[in-house]
Amino acid sequence: MMGTPRKIGIFESIFDPWKLQQEYQLSSMQGKTDYGATASFIGTMRDFNEGDDVTSMTLEHYPKMTEKQLNEIIDVAANKWSLLNILVIHRVGKILPAEPIVLVAVWSSHRVDAFEACRFIMEDLKHKAPFWKQESLKDGSYRWVEENTAGY
Amino acid sequence: MTINILYFASLRERIGRGSDTLELPKSLKINQVWLQATGQESFPDDVLIALNQEYTDANAIVNDGDEVAFFPPVTGG
Repeated sequence: MMGTPRKIGIFESIFDPWKLQQEYQLSSMQGKTDYGATASFIGTMRDFNEGDDVTSMTLEHYPKMTEKQLNEIIDVAANKWSLLNILVIHRVGKILPAEPIVLVAVWSSHRVDAFEACRFIMEDLKHKAPFWKQESLKDGSYRWVEENTAGY
Repeated sequence: MTINILYFASLRERIGRGSDTLELPKSLKINQVWLQATGQESFPDDVLIALNQEYTDANAIVNDGDEVAFFPPVTGG
C-alpha cells in the first residue's frame, strides 16, 4: 500500500545497520505490539569478485531517481504482502571491504510476509534502483561491475 | 523547447560527459534525442532509459522541460 510507513536513506559515509534498525524500530513503532516478525538483509562489501582481489569500490547513483524507485519497489511489496514498516538504507561513495552497502528491514505480523517482502525488495533494488559499482583492483586498475546476477 | 540529458557510470565515461542540454524545435522520441545528443548512430541495446526519473523505452516522447537519463544496467545492493 502507498501509505505503508517506511524510511529510505542514502548514506555517503559508513553506517551501522544494526544500530539504524534498532533506532528506527524504537522511534517508528513505539507502543506498537502488532509486529510478530522482523526480517532484515545486510549486504556487505567483500574483497573479491570474478576471481580478482577488490580493494575498494565506489558507488555512484542518480539521486533524483533513487528514492523514487525505492519508494515504488516498497509500494509493490506492500501491495503483495501485509507489511507494517520498511527500512531501506543504501551506501554511496567510496566503500571498503567489510563495510555495509545495503540494509533492508521489514516488519510484519507474520514471518512469511516479512521474509518474502525483504527478499523481494532486495532483489528489485538490485535490478531497478539506479546505483552503479566501480571496483578498484589490487593492481591499481578499476572496472565497472557490468550487471547484477539474477537472485531467484 | 529545452531538455536535460544525464549519463551515468560507464556510459558517462564512454560519452565523456555527465550531462547535455538540448534545444529542440519540437518534441522528439528518445532514440532521436540520443542521436542528436551523442551523434551515435543507433540506440544501444544495453542502455537503460529514464524519463523524468521513471523507466521508459526508446519510443517514448520527450517534451519541453523533461529530464532524460541514459545508463548501463544497475549494479547496486
